[in-house]
Amino acid sequence: MSHSTDLLTKPSTIALVGNPNTGKSTIFNALTGLRQKIANYPGITVERKMGTTIINGILHKVIDLPGAYSLNHKKADERITYETLIGSYDHEETPDLLLMVVDASNLDRNLFLASQVMDLQIPMMMILTMNDVASDRGIDVNSTRLSEQLGIPVISLNAREKDTSGRIKKALTQFGVAVPKTFLWNPTEPLREAIDSIDQQWLSPFTDLPERARPIEALRLLAEGSLDEVYYTYQEESLGRKLILELQDQLEERGENPMAAEVIQRYHFIGEATHGIVEQESREERTWTDRLDAVFTHRVAGPILFLLVLLVMFQSIFSWATPFMDMIDLLFVELGMYVGDLLPQGLLNSLIVDGVIAGLGGVVIFLPQIIFLFLFIYFLEGTGYMARAAFVMDGFMTKVGLHGRSVVPLMSGFACAIPGIMATRTIENWRDRLITIMILPFMACSARLPVYAVMIAAFIPDHRILGIFTLQGVVFFGLYLFGIVMAIGSAAVMKRIFPTGKPTPFLMELPPYKWPNWSSTIIQSFERGKIFVTEAGKIIVAISIVLWFLASFPKYEATSDQVSEVQETRTELSESTIQLNQSYAGRFGQWIEPAIEPLGFDWKIGIGLLTSFAAREVMVGTLNTIYSIEETEDQMGLIERLRTEIDPETGLPKYNLATALSLMIFFAIAMQCMSTLAIVKRETNTWKWPLTMFAYMTVLAYVMAWITYELSSKYLLI
Amino acid sequence: MTLSEAIPTTTYRVIKIDGKDLVRIMEMGITPHSELQVIRKAPLGYPIEIKIRGYLLSLRKEECEAIEVELI
Repeated sequence: MSHSTDLLTKPSTIALVGNPNTGKSTIFNALTGLRQKIANYPGITVERKMGTTIINGILHKVIDLPGAYSLNHKKADERITYETLIGSYDHEETPDLLLMVVDASNLDRNLFLASQVMDLQIPMMMILTMNDVASDRGIDVNSTRLSEQLGIPVISLNAREKDTSGRIKKALTQFGVAVPKTFLWNPTEPLREAIDSIDQQWLSPFTDLPERARPIEALRLLAEGSLDEVYYTYQEESLGRKLILELQDQLEERGENPMAAEVIQRYHFIGEATHGIVEQESREERTWTDRLDAVFTHRVAGPILFLLVLLVMFQSIFSWATPFMDMIDLLFVELGMYVGDLLPQGLLNSLIVDGVIAGLGGVVIFLPQIIFLFLFIYFLEGTGYMARAAFVMDGFMTKVGLHGRSVVPLMSGFACAIPGIMATRTIENWRDRLITIMILPFMACSARLPVYAVMIAAFIPDHRILGIFTLQGVVFFGLYLFGIVMAIGSAAVMKRIFPTGKPTPFLMELPPYKWPNWSSTIIQSFERGKIFVTEAGKIIVAISIVLWFLASFPKYEATSDQVSEVQETRTELSESTIQLNQSYAGRFGQWIEPAIEPLGFDWKIGIGLLTSFAAREVMVGTLNTIYSIEETEDQMGLIERLRTEIDPETGLPKYNLATALSLMIFFAIAMQCMSTLAIVKRETNTWKWPLTMFAYMTVLAYVMAWITYELSSKYLLI
Repeated sequence: MTLSEAIPTTTYRVIKIDGKDLVRIMEMGITPHSELQVIRKAPLGYPIEIKIRGYLLSLRKEECEAIEVELI
């Protein structure tokens, strides 16, 4: 074989290709370390992982292509891998050389993709991973002989290896890369003729595909039978379509199934190529994976253990993240005060302190939860447990129209929707993922707690029920349950509405259990934090400034008239109360009052609905400002004030049980959180979905709150 | 018989794959003549876990119904 090391003497683009669960990400993290950047590919939700690495003093680009089982693309991420490799994808560089990552413990299926990639004639080196898992199962792959068989350099990596990156770089300089021979798998005569016909009669004259990509594209078209999933430019469409169908018929006449021929022949080749290279000791003893699976996927023990894992996970996130969140909160308050004192009083001061610093604080406060949740997720994913959890839960989740992998993101939503929405990335199927994102904010997040707490304390009587429960506790629990019911109901509706697209079969691999790679777990978790701050953070700070503007303008100038008027009416309104009431936010509250009156809300709550868009718990602070109440830990001042508020027209209490229930139902459903919308924009890569989410949740919240208000005013004794 | 009638811990030989997703199923290594073992079923009966070509894969009802197998 003609090995070349020349490519590495000038800056080049190295792409990592392989099946999912092969340790590809671990290799990418080892090669690039913190010199990596994750962003979305334009227009779709697949992430582009790019980084750099230095080999012999030369800086090379490294792309971690999305994991794929085949080049015959069925999913968006596989399509990107395919299009990048054939050089027809505009948003990714065509790689100069490939690192083909292959799981040694699962050689057949991994070599299937490898044999397809080898037909593309890109210089490559093969990296065998998971050799320890393989040898546990009595499998020993002879990498030297595999290299001879395939005609490309092959190296073996071990999970216990300290310096993965050094090992790969050394191998690259020593052995270089080689261009594999095409059609090593030796397709049958009829298939080969069909490939040549498509190539010569259509692909070559009427498309702009590079020559090396044509045979593999011809195979894909033969299996596909149509031009529906073609993304390069072409002419003579009808000719192409006709040709494909004709050739399919010809193949069938000659005894080949056009859809299956390629797959069968490649697997046949793999069987022959690995014969004598893979030593398989027959071992009767059960592997660790078998033993652990007997427990973790057990019909009864499996779901129970999964709930326990979730419980430990959320308890830890809660107790670990809270001190950091308190610290961040304090830090930004202190910073605001410090900067506020430093700058001269005035507009700029207010903009920086109440707009920018408060907005930034509102972004950074999410980081502890995001990073801790992802540490758990990447850890569990790395051990192989996440696939088991999905396996155990899938039966239950498909009943409500979701996926087994929806459980962890949905449960994370109880802490905060933002890390939960980011965690939906583990759901492969786009439709399942989208539905999970769209219903996730119904999970009662911790920001709703302060609002629920104030309303319940003020208006729900503290009766005992059945001796052990209190009515307040039952209402509290009811609100959580209500969120879950809304989520399930919406999922069922969306399952019917959303375009099914091309259904992808549910074929989920259960990778062998292994000890996760720590540095990779940590790097990836911090990357998630970085993505949130840089991508969602921009939107959050911008909206914060808009909200600041609405509450600060027009400026209240106390004229002596107004001051005396205020003093005369003996209302104890502070200056900040008057400022808020006559600001654009205050006017907004008054403007929407007629619209929210049927829900039992007045303009003061209307202001709160606007300001709480920054974060739900801001509602409580806003009400405190409106009523000029000193904010306290137990909110007793506010609770007392809400109870005694009198409607000037009727002389009756302004707020009652019906208002409280209506407001809580509204808060349980409404999309009152700009940070959630910002992260939905990032994760779906379009404004379409966050806007849809906002619209449907607001309408739903309005209708449900209205029904609640009507029913409870009529039928509940107040 | 199809894989949906198969019983855990029994080994079967694949005869053929039907349906529109046959390419996807075969690419995962479930090709005619290959052998697979049904390992277990999930709590509500589906998905099922199988061992094929030395690795573990889970399949939902629809995929199981598309895979024709015979007892070895």
